[in-house]
Formats: sequence, structure tokens, C-alpha cells
Amino acid sequence: MGEILFYVLGVMSILSAIVVVGSNNPIHSVLALIFTMFCLAGEYILLNAQFLAVVHIIVYAGAIMVLFLFVLMLLNLNKDTEPQKSTRFKFIGIIAGGLLLVTFVGAMKGVAVIAAPGTPDASIGLTKNLGKILFTDFVVPFEIASILFLAAMVGAVMVGKKDQKDNNIHI
Amino acid sequence: MNQVTALINGVPVDHYVYLSLILFSIGIVGVLIRRNMIVVLMCIELMLNAVNLLMAAFSTYLNDAAGQIFVFFIMVVAAAEAAVGLAVLIMIYRNTKSVDISNLDKLKG
Repeated sequence: MGEILFYVLGVMSILSAIVVVGSNNPIHSVLALIFTMFCLAGEYILLNAQFLAVVHIIVYAGAIMVLFLFVLMLLNLNKDTEPQKSTRFKFIGIIAGGLLLVTFVGAMKGVAVIAAPGTPDASIGLTKNLGKILFTDFVVPFEIASILFLAAMVGAVMVGKKDQKDNNIHI
Repeated sequence: MNQVTALINGVPVDHYVYLSLILFSIGIVGVLIRRNMIVVLMCIELMLNAVNLLMAAFSTYLNDAAGQIFVFFIMVVAAAEAAVGLAVLIMIYRNTKSVDISNLDKLKG
């Protein structure tokens, strides 16, 4: 049952990722990416990482993708304004990506696969356990991450601010 | 809980590796073939997610919670990156009136 769920979620995430790349309408790309995020959250739950699954949905589907959708609507982009690369460049890009995938898979062939531990600890993904580790071993990176967030917030406001001179241009 | 433990023994870890490699390659192809800057940023998010999945899988299979903390930090950086990237994108749109990434060739010698 669980194994089947893994493969179903994997195939769905791959298909919706292809829709993200292939769709001509950017809105469809965003919606397909949100669907991919939900499939990946399902994979996290199957991996016993419940905290990550919830945070993934909140941060990606709830915050980042809404930001993308908001910008897309703000700029009023749709199928007609979508810039297209020539068919030759698309073909070259797909070939290059496919070659990269072949290289990755070829590199995986010589690797000895680790076996799952005999008694996996089912509680490592829970919030209690992760919180303990986050606030003991990783407390310095955690504080640095908060400074990074502050810098990103100030930077986003400063970059996105309109100049006083050209306030006749809207958006 | 016991069912999840049985699942970890059922799916070998290299299937997770192949899944995230495929997702990463799709993201690379998207960056190469799309010209809309927003879609390019979304493909970068897709690649970050592929790496996150790989890290969470190895964290579970090696019984080490540090990998999941790393995924948490990657999400933090991805959120900051998306905010700043979209601010830059809006600024570029204001100046060039388009989201076409091919317009940004002013640095070409």
C-alpha cells in the first residue's frame, strides 16, 4: 500500500513538473507547481518527516507560490504576452537536460545502495525531536537564518521601492 | 508508525534518488528553454525541492535528524530568495516593460 503510494505520488509530481516547464500560460505553471509541492509533501509524510511536510505546505504552497501568483497577476501576464524561444533552442535545451539526467543515472550505477536501518526511529521527524536538535546543535545557524531573513526583508523593500523621480510609470 | 517503518524497508533509497534526479533535470530543462523570468524562478524552486527530497530521504534512511534540519534551513533560504528575486523582477519589469529574460543582454561585450 505505502509503496504504491510512493510511486503514484512520484509519477504525479514528475508529470506536474513537466506541466510547469511546458505550459505556455504562466498561471498554469504556478498551479502545477503548487500541485507538485503537495505531492512532495506527501512524499515527506511517507518518509516519516511529518514536521517537514507541514512546513513544506505552509512555506511553499502557502507563502512562496502565493507570492509568485500575486506577482503574475500584478504584471498581468497571460498566454499572449508569453515570450517564446525558437524551436531549435528548445530542442537543444531538452537534449542538454536529458544528457544531464543520463550522466546522473550513470553516476548512480556504481554506487553501493545503503540498506535501511534494521529498526528505523519513527520519531525523528516529529516536531519535539527536531525542535530539540534545532535549539541545541543548530542554534547558531538558526540565529544567522533570522538575520538573513531580516536582510532579505529590507532588501526586497529597498529593491522594489519606486523611485521618486519616475512616479508617472505605474508598476 | 509501524506501517511507515515497513514502508522504509519496502522502497529502496535509490528510487528516491532517481525521483529527485528526474525532478532536478526537469528544473534544469525549464531554466534552459523558458524565457519568462517568473517561470525560470519557479524552475529554480523546483530544483531546490528536488534536493530537499533527497536530503529528507537520506535523513530517514540513515536515522539522522540533522538532514531534516538542513531541509528546514534550505526552505528558509528559498523563501528569502523568492522574496528578493521577485522584487528584482518587478524592478526589471518597470524598466524594460517585459519579463523576457533575453532583454537582459546589456552586459554583452
